[in-house]
Amino acid sequence: MTSTTTTPRSATGSVALHGVTKVYGHGESAVLALDGVSLDVAPGEFVCLVGASGCGKSTLLNLVAGLDRISGGRIELGDGVNPGLMFQESALFPWLTVEGNVEVPLKLRGMPRSARRERVAELLRTVHLADFARKRPHELSGGMRQRVALARTLALDTPVLLMDEPFGALDAMTRDLLHDELERIWTERKLTVLFVTHNVREAARLADRIILLSSRPGRIIYSTRVDVPRPRRIDSPEIASIAAEVTDKLRTEVGRHGQ
Amino acid sequence: MASDTIAGTPRADAEISGLDALEIAGRQKTTTRAAAIWASTWPKVAALAIAIGAWQAVVWAGFWPPYSLPGPATVGQELLRQVSGPQLWEGMATTLRRAALGYLFSVGVGLLLGLAVARSRVLRAAIGSMITALQTMPSIAWFPLAILLFELSEKAIFFVVVLGAAPSIANGVISGVDYVPPLLLRAGRNLGARGLNLYRYVIAPAALPAIVAGLKQGWAFSWRSLMAGELIVVGISQTSLGAQLTYSRELSDAPWLLSTMIVILVVGLVVDAAFGAADRSIRRRWGVLDQAGQ
Repeated sequence: MTSTTTTPRSATGSVALHGVTKVYGHGESAVLALDGVSLDVAPGEFVCLVGASGCGKSTLLNLVAGLDRISGGRIELGDGVNPGLMFQESALFPWLTVEGNVEVPLKLRGMPRSARRERVAELLRTVHLADFARKRPHELSGGMRQRVALARTLALDTPVLLMDEPFGALDAMTRDLLHDELERIWTERKLTVLFVTHNVREAARLADRIILLSSRPGRIIYSTRVDVPRPRRIDSPEIASIAAEVTDKLRTEVGRHGQ
Repeated sequence: MASDTIAGTPRADAEISGLDALEIAGRQKTTTRAAAIWASTWPKVAALAIAIGAWQAVVWAGFWPPYSLPGPATVGQELLRQVSGPQLWEGMATTLRRAALGYLFSVGVGLLLGLAVARSRVLRAAIGSMITALQTMPSIAWFPLAILLFELSEKAIFFVVVLGAAPSIANGVISGVDYVPPLLLRAGRNLGARGLNLYRYVIAPAALPAIVAGLKQGWAFSWRSLMAGELIVVGISQTSLGAQLTYSRELSDAPWLLSTMIVILVVGLVVDAAFGAADRSIRRRWGVLDQAGQ
């Protein structure tokens, strides 16, 4: 269990999974989604989880976020750490403005109004959306909505960011720019990121470490470090060669499910 | 990590804001307020003119004697006379007071009932479908029972108005809560909204459009029930709009009858328009307003 010894107040961003298992349903119809996944993510590390459909990537993030119960194993987070979760869709509240959305976690924490205003402005500057504070989500482009969602998640002041294919629905140009943005924010704020994607190049572009999950049930079958210096470009030869290597493993895994 | 090489370089910032500008461009569509009002008004005016014209045509055709079906001009004069006298306004005050009382009570009952059913699986199984069944019951069918229970009184009317309106409002709440997008619930919980806060910050605002639709439908039902009630329960001394309809029929005063009907229609339309405006403003904020819609 989480140690409560020497430095209890420093919420560190480590994430540790020990033999995490998730089963949906009961008896005959039970489906094993995750089968004994063990993973240690160091504070400040950027880990990308890659896998084909049905590998339980999203399930894994839900479990770490505490939105779903694990069937077996353990998940350890730093003391008082509540990871922030981002989805493929921005999941912004359509009835609130951009600043209203970013303000929600602050309100829920009971932060006083003046402090909230300052914090919201600071977060919107961080994602380059200060000029759009009064807009409604539907007035923004997909990439801008994801940046608002990122600002809202950062408002949680959590050291751990869980991202579930956050850029999956964006065009390539926007995605490249958001990779730069995320990398910058991750560096500035020393975040721990667990990033799920099916886009191997994206994983190679962003990750310190790529973890490949098998499908049905999800198990870790391969893991590799990406020792390419930052800042990186998604179209650089180093990234391409790492992506090719991971893609080969992924194809072998997908082929296993053919007849 | 060499953060200074990454952190917000001017080039990247320019790219981001450039992309934003390109993507936002051309989304705002501006029409002047006057043009918008005209565009939504003239079809209504035209429709009204056609209706009055058809009415006049039927009168000229002479299917009914003029003391049964007077023309628009006669009724218009009577309406003007009514509007300048106290009787209409007293009747309207009585009717609107009953409507407001019955409706507000229905809103209270409907919201509580809807929330309770939406929250509790047992309650839903027990009375969920009964609420829908109640809704299909024509409110006038309640009156015989209401009169047995409360005699020809205000209470009988109140009873039927509430039975007419509350189920619609409850149903609005139930469907609103049921159709809150699960993604928003997950996002809300992740942002720290649990328990009552989840209702306050996510479920209630997300359910608002459906709740307003339920309130609107509830109003329509309560208004109809009230009119039916006032026609039947005339024994009370006050001359409500419904009572005036009955008296005008008994006195064979067709212009009075028709002008009262017009007043009833207009009151219904005005309240409906208020609900419509609330509904549109919500949908506009949500960004789900149909572009072709008014």
